Amino acid sequence: MTPHVLTRSLDRAATIFVLVVAALGVLIPLSNLLLPAGSAFQVPTYLVALFGKYVCYAILALAIDLIWGYCGILSLGHGAFFALGGYAMGMYLMRQIGSRGVYGNPILPDFMVFLNYPKLPWYWNGFDMFWFAALMVVLVPGLLAFCFGWLAFRSRVTGVYLSIITQAMTYALLLGFFRNDFGFGGNNGLTDFKDILGFNVQADGTRAALFTLSCLALIIGFLICRAVVTSKLGKVLIAVRDAESRTRFLGYRVESYKLFVFTLSACMAGVAGALYVPQVGIINPSEFAPGNSIEAVIWVAVGGRGTLTGAALGAIVVNYAKTYFTSGPLAPYWLFMLGALFILVTLLLPRGIVGTFNAWWEPWKAQRLPAIADSAAREDGVSEPNPAE
Amino acid sequence: MNVMDSRATSALLYLDGVHVSFDGFHAINNLSLALEPGEMRAIIGPNGAGKTTMMDIITGKTKPDEGTVLFDGVTDLTRLDETHIAELGIGRKFQKPTVFESQTIEDNLLLALNVDHSVKGTLFWRESKGETERIERVLETIRLTEARNRLAGSLSHGQKQWLEIGMLLAQDPKLLLVDEPVAGMTDVETHQTAELLKAINKEKTVMVVEHDMTFVRELGVKVTCLHEGTVLAEGTIDQVSSNERVIEVYLGR
Repeated sequence: MTPHVLTRSLDRAATIFVLVVAALGVLIPLSNLLLPAGSAFQVPTYLVALFGKYVCYAILALAIDLIWGYCGILSLGHGAFFALGGYAMGMYLMRQIGSRGVYGNPILPDFMVFLNYPKLPWYWNGFDMFWFAALMVVLVPGLLAFCFGWLAFRSRVTGVYLSIITQAMTYALLLGFFRNDFGFGGNNGLTDFKDILGFNVQADGTRAALFTLSCLALIIGFLICRAVVTSKLGKVLIAVRDAESRTRFLGYRVESYKLFVFTLSACMAGVAGALYVPQVGIINPSEFAPGNSIEAVIWVAVGGRGTLTGAALGAIVVNYAKTYFTSGPLAPYWLFMLGALFILVTLLLPRGIVGTFNAWWEPWKAQRLPAIADSAAREDGVSEPNPAE
Repeated sequence: MNVMDSRATSALLYLDGVHVSFDGFHAINNLSLALEPGEMRAIIGPNGAGKTTMMDIITGKTKPDEGTVLFDGVTDLTRLDETHIAELGIGRKFQKPTVFESQTIEDNLLLALNVDHSVKGTLFWRESKGETERIERVLETIRLTEARNRLAGSLSHGQKQWLEIGMLLAQDPKLLLVDEPVAGMTDVETHQTAELLKAINKEKTVMVVEHDMTFVRELGVKVTCLHEGTVLAEGTIDQVSSNERVIEVYLGR
């Protein structure tokens, strides 16, 4: 990344987004740690963890927007990459428990003792080291996406067919991880974590630090996505989204472009999952449930695809609503509300919150400040995606 | 194919005995055609004559069941995919104007430039003076300099046709395949397009598929009439249009 890339990718909206996330990433933990409990401005620890979860979802939404909003790849299996990143982190956290587990085995996690594992499966080696686990958080989802994408994009599987096989992929992983002999704790998954890098995962300070790190990851992920979509490569991605075969006839190897963003997006989803697990304290196979991936796509649609900021906003807004409604008397109806929300957004706000705001704001700004609007439009080089697909 | 090592023909584009069928329908039937370097050729023929399928074969979208398709006398096009063929220097304008509607006219041309098309190359791409000048020239040629920052989707049908021709120019191919360039254009625009293609032909080999006979006459080049996937007649527009079989095909029997 050259500085040139950075200046190009930071337009006004992007700068505001980065500053807001950075401010929240600093202020929320500070208020939690420094203000006395019970003070009106003190953010309780449970909320810090909850907001941390939302920020992880926002990173996942960003990853989906990169491929769906800009390249037209509708993945309905991105939850799988999120969960794989989460499992990689979970494996590290399990190995950190050491002999403090219920069975007191210094090497084997509790579920392995319980299931009579003679020794640690080979693929659990190395996960006692944080750097190795951190590498796997990116590498495992990335590698799966690369292999999957290589096969799918080379065979020119597109549109709804691609969406269906991504669903099949996450469902297959769900079934695999449910099995006890798969070596990841079966349907209980991985839990009872004690500490991360020597810090107690339950402690307020650790939770605050994890929240700050999640915000930092969101900012870095956002900047990477911005750098990609504001480069010429971003223009090629939009070209692929809008007229794939035309792009081929210009001499672009479309499958390479798709493979690049799909893999990058999966790595980002993996990082989101890895930050999510220590904050919620558990990772189990239900994270692979196809419904989760579809929900993540709804966040992006609600926030506005092809906007990046909208994807992050959509994830936070929808999840806030989910928390609000599922903890009240309306809880049994949440899925209906989510479905209705998706239908309403598709019908009434096809560009999502941020897309609609931009469509309304840009002409107004263009009238007031023609010069600025002109340069902004050229920098962005992107308007709304096709409503279809 | 044993022609890979020695040039088999002087033609830039050489089709011989090409067959294609889709589910038993013979779209292309023993089609043979040769385009000399620097030539402009007009292809006419009724609907379903196989004009677009022929372009699909040349550009790698459709693989022929049989036959030879050679570019520059040495390259067997039937083995290559669309991307590879485009990189070799064959550009194509589609029947329905296909531009990148949500991007500006300038970006459309930038995307079409025949520069590094790799993922890495585009990720680290930086504006260069040479490229900007080339885009500038194309914008002038297709008369869209004023509209450069407008979204391509906001152009009129005729302007889109021109933008797509402009993209072909930016691509700087050796051979241009132009499918129905004047469909939906006014008489003035049709005339301007004919002039533009003639100007392009000074440097490049061009194949134009067109229904509009006035336009074909204005081009004043050799005409090939296709029917049921094979060459029915070839010659000047007057020879072809007075050919009895051509009249029969066009007017029905």
